[in-house]
Amino acid sequence: MDIPYTVEVRRDTGLTNGKIGIWLFLASEVMLFGALFASYILIRTGAADWPRGDTILNVPLATFNTIVLITSSVTMVMAWASLMRNQFGKFRLYMGSTVLLGGVFLVVKYFEYSHKFHEGLLPSSNNFLAIYFTLTGLHMLHVIGGMTVNAYFLGPGAKQWKTNPTWFANRVEHSGLFWHFVDLVWIFLFPTLYLL
Amino acid sequence: MSNSAVDAHKPHVAHEVHHEELGFLRKYVFSTDHKVIGIQYAVTGLLFLFFGFSLMMLMRWQLAYPGAALPLIGGLFGETRMPGGVMNPDFYNELGAMHGTIMVFLGVVPLAVGGFGNFVLPLQIGAQDMAFPRLNMASYQFFFLGGVIMLASFFLPGGAAQSGWTSYVPLAIINPGQTAWLVGMVFLITSSLLGAVNFITTTIQLRAKGLTFMRFPFFVWAQFVTAFLLLLAFPPLEAAAILQLMDRLAGTSFFMPAGLVVSGQIVHNAGGGNPLLWQHLFWFLAHPEVYVLILPAMGIVAEIVANNTRKPLWGYRSMVYSVVFLGFMSFIVWAHHMFMTGMGTTMAAFFQTTTMIISIPSVVILTALVLSLWGASIRLNTPMLFALAFLPMFGIGGLTGLPLAFNIADIPLHDTYYVIGHFHYVVAPGTIFALFAGVYYWYPKATGRRMNETLGKIHFLGSFICMNVVFMPMFLVGLAGVSRRLYDGGATYAFAAPVLHWNAVSSWGAWIMALFQIPFIINFFWSIKKGEKVGDNPWDATTIEWAAPSPPPHGNFAVAPEAYRGPYEYSVPGAAKDFVPQHEA
Amino acid sequence: MSEHAASAPGHDAADIDRHVKVYITVFVTLMVLTIVTVAISRFHLPVPMAIAVAMLVATIKGSLVACYFMHLISEKKLIYAVLGLTVAFFIALLFLPILTVHNGYWMRG
Repeated sequence: MDIPYTVEVRRDTGLTNGKIGIWLFLASEVMLFGALFASYILIRTGAADWPRGDTILNVPLATFNTIVLITSSVTMVMAWASLMRNQFGKFRLYMGSTVLLGGVFLVVKYFEYSHKFHEGLLPSSNNFLAIYFTLTGLHMLHVIGGMTVNAYFLGPGAKQWKTNPTWFANRVEHSGLFWHFVDLVWIFLFPTLYLL
Repeated sequence: MSNSAVDAHKPHVAHEVHHEELGFLRKYVFSTDHKVIGIQYAVTGLLFLFFGFSLMMLMRWQLAYPGAALPLIGGLFGETRMPGGVMNPDFYNELGAMHGTIMVFLGVVPLAVGGFGNFVLPLQIGAQDMAFPRLNMASYQFFFLGGVIMLASFFLPGGAAQSGWTSYVPLAIINPGQTAWLVGMVFLITSSLLGAVNFITTTIQLRAKGLTFMRFPFFVWAQFVTAFLLLLAFPPLEAAAILQLMDRLAGTSFFMPAGLVVSGQIVHNAGGGNPLLWQHLFWFLAHPEVYVLILPAMGIVAEIVANNTRKPLWGYRSMVYSVVFLGFMSFIVWAHHMFMTGMGTTMAAFFQTTTMIISIPSVVILTALVLSLWGASIRLNTPMLFALAFLPMFGIGGLTGLPLAFNIADIPLHDTYYVIGHFHYVVAPGTIFALFAGVYYWYPKATGRRMNETLGKIHFLGSFICMNVVFMPMFLVGLAGVSRRLYDGGATYAFAAPVLHWNAVSSWGAWIMALFQIPFIINFFWSIKKGEKVGDNPWDATTIEWAAPSPPPHGNFAVAPEAYRGPYEYSVPGAAKDFVPQHEA
Repeated sequence: MSEHAASAPGHDAADIDRHVKVYITVFVTLMVLTIVTVAISRFHLPVPMAIAVAMLVATIKGSLVACYFMHLISEKKLIYAVLGLTVAFFIALLFLPILTVHNGYWMRG
């Protein structure tokens, strides 16, 4: 059975099922991270004192990570654009870069975390660290999830380019939307945790 | 039980690719067909409903006869939980927390949304299946796993959750059983989120030609709004569950204030946490959740009322605007569950106001359903009996909510049996009756056979009387000041003495109600093979699901249906029959 | 025989070229704004002002990502409706709890 509007858009909405589906999912993610930001607000305003981010966390490293993630967002959208231009080789290059940059982000986070643990700075040490580890930890899980899906489209999933190029491009676009969202969350996380 | 999955020998369907016959596992266990998944959800949900009910029946012994040994089966629960057959207070709390959790998250929502939503919605909009069939299967798997985790938690050291279905902190953090509960909740939330994405996309994109939004059956609107509630309200609870897990497992203090003393020992944590944070995040979900509990029920009742009055629903438009408005408002009333937390008068007034406003759309919907009965040719079959009973029962539930909505009136009523009476009226003789109605109504579509009417009427009458025997006294008990979640039902308090006997009345009502579920269970299974066979449209209904065969094959419709009119064209002047189906040209 | 080409309405070759130009411009802007936000943080502004400025810059950056990388600027009404609803509830979630806590007579911060 062929579910309609998987590849072609429905005329009155102008959308495919997948496009609506991914935006709905992202809406739920906004509420997920929103709840954590609300928690941050409540905990911080209720705290007697609260350390400024740069006194505990490594701002240069995180700035580097911010640049890495933003760059990966560009390579992601270029990957999709390459598909639109029928340039599969360029797609592989850009998608590969996106996954690689995601990996770089994770490596940096690994160093950040292990340095903290080494100094005895754990989530249980104080609420600043608790919310820091939780927010960035959840974000990191999302990075891993996005990378996994992107790696799939680079690897086994790429077969679909030959059989159904439009559906493949749509799916890459949707994965891209998720990846951009992960970048968007970081754009807010970075100043909130590191700079304020 | 249903052979609604692939039948490779059926005549060729318009856009169907030839399927090879699927094995048992792919057809009935790992199916992507919305009908199979719907039945999986429904049966699992019903089983959990009965299990959750059994937990309550156990509790009711302790409430009726505090400190007495439970005869016959008391020994089955072991010496830790029921030493000498007498319930341990911790076990009572375990039963209470799990009763609530199971009924809400494993029973009602999976049946109402996962079961009825999945089975009926694609059929009612004339679609072949959901927009994302594999995602649908995944959502059932997550629900199933969440259920397994919840059930397994009884067997963990320390037992299952025992801090209420609300898991309030800091108690929930220091009590056993909560970790499994939190992990189980994460699975259940994921299931709901995946389902919500599917429902919304399917409703918008896969509706039949000519089926505009204002021609949707009200059931579709109800499920559509419910899906938005699930999508946007559940994630904050997921976040809160993560935070509580961190507090339990990583020693963080998101919810733990400094200087906490537990059993005489000072808790050594960083402190600085806020217990109210949990309450805000929990109720941000849990308030819309109660509308998730009621909206599908209203949808089911609307379908059955229209069909069995042989009239269009009165005020369809107002019902639609109301349900949408209700969905929106449900996100900004949650702190009425927190009036007693030291909130100032300004914010209390805000939430009080939004709560009063939200009662309006509920009243509009209920009134429209009641007015639909005026001048109708009412057919009193079993689904209609349950649907009719829903109306006053939901009315009582709703009206008794009003004093709770007022900050001041809530002061003596908060956390008393009055609250228990209020919400059970809405969910038990409210939603669950609607769900029973739905089972009797759509069973013929799912199986090709009717359920037995006599057994159905016995089930109805017994349940209806018993529901009121169980829950009506609770208002009295609550008004007398007896708190909820008391292990002995208030026996230690002198002020409770005049009303204590009502506890036994409620208990007997519950146990007798259990007996009246037996005709239903027998009927459900017996009718699969022995029920009267029916055709496509045994109820002479107008909505599109009745255009498909009973049961529908994989792909549902031989030819994609088209909608030519509204959903409730009953008794149209000049028409050949007393109903004109939506899909008939 | 069939050409391996993805097709999407409104996305012909010239369109994509235009899009790519925009992507590069946005990328450069995002880099600049990142430097800006870190630089401003060095001034250790009083906390309320620091929060306001940081959030303003973040919002601009986020909007650029959303509008141009995620193509929100040319999306369909339905998506806008879903997101509008989400933003409304997001704001409620972010601000109502803190208002209740601060309105409480015994929790003045």
